[in-house]
Amino acid sequence: MIAIIDYGVGNLFSLKSSFCAIGQEAKVTDDADEIRKADKIILPGVGAFEDAVKKLRNTGLDLVLKEEAEKGKPVMGICLGMQMLFERSFEYGCHEGLGLIKGDIIPFEGEIDSSLKIPHIGWNALEIKEDLPIFKYIKNGDHVYFVHSYFAEVTEETIAKCEYGTVFTAAVGKDNIYGCQFHPEKSGQVGLNILKGFCELGG
Amino acid sequence: MITKRIIPCLDVKNGRVVKGTNFKNLNDVSSPVELARYYSECGADELVFYDITASFEGRQLFIDILKEVASQIFIPLTVGGGINTVEDFDRVLKCGADKVSVNSGAIKNPDLISQAARLYGNQCVVLSADIKRVDGEFRIFAKGGREDTGIEAIGWIKKCVEMGAGEVVVNSIDTDGVKKGFDIEMLGAVREVVNVPVIASGGAGSAEDFVALFKEIPDMDAGLAASIFHFSEVLIPDLKKLMKENGINVR
Repeated sequence: MIAIIDYGVGNLFSLKSSFCAIGQEAKVTDDADEIRKADKIILPGVGAFEDAVKKLRNTGLDLVLKEEAEKGKPVMGICLGMQMLFERSFEYGCHEGLGLIKGDIIPFEGEIDSSLKIPHIGWNALEIKEDLPIFKYIKNGDHVYFVHSYFAEVTEETIAKCEYGTVFTAAVGKDNIYGCQFHPEKSGQVGLNILKGFCELGG
Repeated sequence: MITKRIIPCLDVKNGRVVKGTNFKNLNDVSSPVELARYYSECGADELVFYDITASFEGRQLFIDILKEVASQIFIPLTVGGGINTVEDFDRVLKCGADKVSVNSGAIKNPDLISQAARLYGNQCVVLSADIKRVDGEFRIFAKGGREDTGIEAIGWIKKCVEMGAGEVVVNSIDTDGVKKGFDIEMLGAVREVVNVPVIASGGAGSAEDFVALFKEIPDMDAGLAASIFHFSEVLIPDLKKLMKENGINVR
């Protein structure tokens, strides 16, 4: 079973449906035991970083997530959920993230040509690291759907890059911890194929 | 780089897609779910659903359909029609819509845009503007293009974007249905004053019209159409191929 952590942020309907579409049982839950029992954990997220991280900490589920991640359970953060895995975000101030992935989240504004629109919204191409199990069902150059105004710089933990005025982290992976800046649940078959790759990971 | 988007628009009334459709390979051409699946599979980048139902029952039906579409189609969905309050936003977002389009609701109450943007983010709020030339200026029309509001369009759009609209659909009443191409002059005028994505609507009659749009206004973001897709006059895979051949970045 896949646990989709519900901490009161955003709409998880499409995310749950997308796991259903690839034949995986998924539960939207705020129950710590349920999350501990799950084979894999999804950390979703939309909206503002500070608010989301606060809400997650208020539920105490951040600690459960960290515990499970340290035990080696596959975890995936999506969009703001990915950003929350990092150490810090500079969205309206400086806020501490979960620190499971090294690095900071910074704004596009000031980093990219001012003629480019912010948020970065639409379909863009991935440059993926070859031969990773999570990308088993997709290929380099496949397009996925993005909606975001902040990004993570490319580091050694970047497993997929994308370009929008600058080259940024589209997906990150470190041991059993993964994150996607884009929305796999809104990226058509390519997105479903990434979720399928994630679901087949051991751990 | 980001790709240009092609967006089919489906008008839904009492649970069925209206305006007539003509598909050889679909059993039920007026089923929103079947049509949505067809478009999603053939490469549409996004879908727009307009609820043109007036009755309460029809609206409930629309919600059921939206849920069903959202549970089966994994590309962005925009929903419009009858959006007058933030509760209306909430209602369709909970059913799986990603963006909500406002038109008459914003004309009646412009604060709707800022309220919704604060609650759901600018990326969620789409301003839909029906525009027609009157006395040498671009004018906003309401009630499905039947009523001249007297509001000057370019200033109105600028104001709505400042209040938080994250995307603008420009529908030219002057070119709508004429099938001789998009309203380049009107679209260019809007493009100049806003720095959010602009979606062109009204006038496409052929795949070449989309190529002309993105050639003449390179920073236009998307093209929207209804009947030419529904009647298979333009097939999305062929359109994407033609765009690619013309050096336009597509998915």
